[in-house]
Amino acid sequence: MSYIPHTDADVRKMSEAVGVSFEEAAYAAIPEELRLNRELELPEALSESDLLDYFRKLSEANRRFEGGSFLGAGAYRHFIPSIVETVISRSEFLTAYTPYQAEASQGTLQTIFEFQSLICRLTGMDVANASVYDGGTAAVDAVLMAVGQTGKKKVLVSMGVHPQIREVMETYLAGSDIKLEYAPLSAQTGRTELPEIASDTAAVLVQNPNFMGIIEDGPELCRKAHEGGALAAVAVNDPVNLALLKAPGAYGADICCGDAQPFGNPVAYGGPYVGFLACTQKLMRRIPGRLVGMTEDHDGKRGFCLTLQAREQHIRREKASSNICSNEALCALAATVYLCAVGPEGLRRSAEAGMRNAAYFRSRIAEAEGLELVFAGPHMNEFAARFPKGVAEEFNRFLAERSIQGGYVLDGVYSGLEDCMLLCCTELCKKAQIDAWAEAWQAFKERQ
Amino acid sequence: MEKTVFEKSRPGRLGVMPPESDCPEANIAELIPEDMRRGEAPPLPELSECDVMRHFVNLSQKNYSVDTHFYPLGSCTMKYNPRRNEKAASLPGFTDIHPLSEDKDAQGSLEVMHELQNALAEITGMDAISLQPAAGAHGEVTSLFTVSRYFHDLGEDRNIIIVPDSSHGTNPASAALAGFKVVTIPSDADGSVDLKALKEAVNEHTACLMLTNPSTLGLFEAHISEICRIIHEAGALMYYDGANMNALMGIARPGDMGFDLVHINLHKTFSTPHGGGGPGSGPVGAKGRLAAYLPGPRAVKAEDGSYRLQRAEKTIGRVKMFWGNFLVIVKALAYIRTLGGAGLKRASQAAVMAANYMRVRLKEAYHLPYDRMCMHEFVLSADRLKKEKHIHALDVAKGLLDRGFHAPTIYFPLIVEEALMIEPTETESLETMDAFIEAMLDIAENESSESLAKAPETLPVTRLDETKAARKPVLQWPQ
Repeated sequence: MSYIPHTDADVRKMSEAVGVSFEEAAYAAIPEELRLNRELELPEALSESDLLDYFRKLSEANRRFEGGSFLGAGAYRHFIPSIVETVISRSEFLTAYTPYQAEASQGTLQTIFEFQSLICRLTGMDVANASVYDGGTAAVDAVLMAVGQTGKKKVLVSMGVHPQIREVMETYLAGSDIKLEYAPLSAQTGRTELPEIASDTAAVLVQNPNFMGIIEDGPELCRKAHEGGALAAVAVNDPVNLALLKAPGAYGADICCGDAQPFGNPVAYGGPYVGFLACTQKLMRRIPGRLVGMTEDHDGKRGFCLTLQAREQHIRREKASSNICSNEALCALAATVYLCAVGPEGLRRSAEAGMRNAAYFRSRIAEAEGLELVFAGPHMNEFAARFPKGVAEEFNRFLAERSIQGGYVLDGVYSGLEDCMLLCCTELCKKAQIDAWAEAWQAFKERQ
Repeated sequence: MEKTVFEKSRPGRLGVMPPESDCPEANIAELIPEDMRRGEAPPLPELSECDVMRHFVNLSQKNYSVDTHFYPLGSCTMKYNPRRNEKAASLPGFTDIHPLSEDKDAQGSLEVMHELQNALAEITGMDAISLQPAAGAHGEVTSLFTVSRYFHDLGEDRNIIIVPDSSHGTNPASAALAGFKVVTIPSDADGSVDLKALKEAVNEHTACLMLTNPSTLGLFEAHISEICRIIHEAGALMYYDGANMNALMGIARPGDMGFDLVHINLHKTFSTPHGGGGPGSGPVGAKGRLAAYLPGPRAVKAEDGSYRLQRAEKTIGRVKMFWGNFLVIVKALAYIRTLGGAGLKRASQAAVMAANYMRVRLKEAYHLPYDRMCMHEFVLSADRLKKEKHIHALDVAKGLLDRGFHAPTIYFPLIVEEALMIEPTETESLETMDAFIEAMLDIAENESSESLAKAPETLPVTRLDETKAARKPVLQWPQ
């Protein structure tokens, strides 16, 4: 199989024009000793039908849990309207590049403008960019914006921020003079306990709801950050929750970041997802990544174009606000279509259904012998449950035998929570699945 | 003009409804503390499903794309995006699997990752690959974190990254983000790295040279072995920006040239779609001792044939949540498995042949500053047109849009005045290339600066006022 359209006559015509044969052309400028004088050692080429068989078999080697899944922890299975796949499969969106030629890219540009607008409306911020890689790199960008704005080098990060997001920040900042310090979670409520904010602190970063599914006291955390002279950065966890939670911009956040995967993108073994980043008007010129603005054409007609590009790497090179070029545009389009399709009412219903399912699940945990809820703070749709010593992993295996995917075991993730599991319910979760989980626990206990 | 979704919204109109909970009712308001409760529903647009579909399909028709138009955007490798790849990546076993599933439940995904790691190692000549970075620039900064950690462990104080003046803007931006100082060196009269300038720039504080080969001029760096020798003798490392790998599959390997680190753009060379700006995927590769620093975890194969995720011994850590842009990884592997080793080589050969054909046909009407065999792309200059007829590269670009072609990359690389960077790829027919060439010749011969000032005239909008957009930015629809 080949995607090359050239006939023998075409090849002859090109070769004659250039004066070099097809076989030699690619080697002409390469010194003899650097040429690969053998074929690449790769598996044999497959016909389309064999290829699809190959991938079908591989995809089926991934386990499907017919009895449901309670895994969340940063990647969320939500209902995805069929229309999302239809729109993002449109050739004109799928196979276009970054909209450098604005007049020939008005479709992409307007959808990005609408994405920016939707993120602003959900987060209560003034400016949102066209997307960054994921929730992890969005948090790095938030920190770098705060450091750039304040000139201070210390960032206070809540331990309620997703452990993998914290790890991404550590990697990015390892060689820099920016220092990350951590604020613990209350063992009782699961909410962040902020120490006195030192005056050399650039930002306080909290996640809301936090990794344990606890709704943080956003207004209080932002107030404390500001009192200490720091900016308040809020990482939104599962932005579907913003249907019910106060917008971070409304309780004082200066920067808001997160991952919009839950809006219309499948969990897909971790990617592609779509980081979002939003800020106040004051920080507009510090936000990295592409921005689409509304303008007019020569005839006064409304149109859209990339703007404020003086921040970006292709203009400013080493002085740019970030190195980002490719972003996650198609995933942002999926999020845009999702939000327009479900609207405010659909988003509210999804968030409420997730909370209702999780509340029921918590009631089953509370009455189950040997299990307890770890935190007493207000929960959204995720929660940590404590198991008797040393059985959390084993119980997950027991559940798997019943085709149920249990939760995320926190052993090795949080010290002090070795025997705990993080469980998540979205609107896709069924009562029967929760009941089956609880019954499995009963059976597991009796077996022991 | 398509109204925005906000203008089309009507209060109370319902769209698609999610499933309802069948659990006992809960008082949601009571579960959320009052000062964290959103008073009213978020101000999202309210549309019917049909409205939403029509809105986005109408918008899609305002785009040029590979599937609708020739898209010779240099450095971006806008080749055909095979749909069998999309089909493979949309299999439910791939889309539905949670990234925190246990390894034993994710054997299919892990095998896909392992296979692609192996294939990319063979194609680039590297010892190990990490698939975690989400894009080319992400791969760059990841590699520079690796460089930084490597020298830190050696106890060497190396804080300078050298880039040629022809390099992608992401190179110096990535170096700065990774905490390095950037030294830019000039190109010589042939468009190659100026060896004299390189020797003068290199010292005991040099950490790495970032190089694109073929260069952004589409030229193979003839002195690459000498460049590697200079850098390595100074104790520094060679980094390969893989943006132009489409010229070299099965032809030559960065690992054999002497590069220590590479990134590859799956969304360029390996045919995964660009999606209007992303998602991409920017795997990184490393040789020798550097392999131990790669980010991860990565997929490894155990002796019993099973796969698991494992971190490299001295890993720099994680540069992204989870393991990489997995669905893009599936698509790239589908491309490699479709073509095989011989097919990849033929793709690169055809890409180089096509670029040279267009170069030869256009070099009389336009100025070709570096007139020699190019690789998969070439750079013309509109400087003569500018001087003689006041026609700029931007005007040529807009004139091409009116003739039904996407424009080449313009004003890059920075070392060519009025640059027009053209990359046809291997998937365009001779008729398409000829039609584009005719359009370019027509513009050069028959247009004036006055006639082109109005271009484009056939698209949904005429030339946009970018100054106005930047002077008073409107970045969201007013609430």
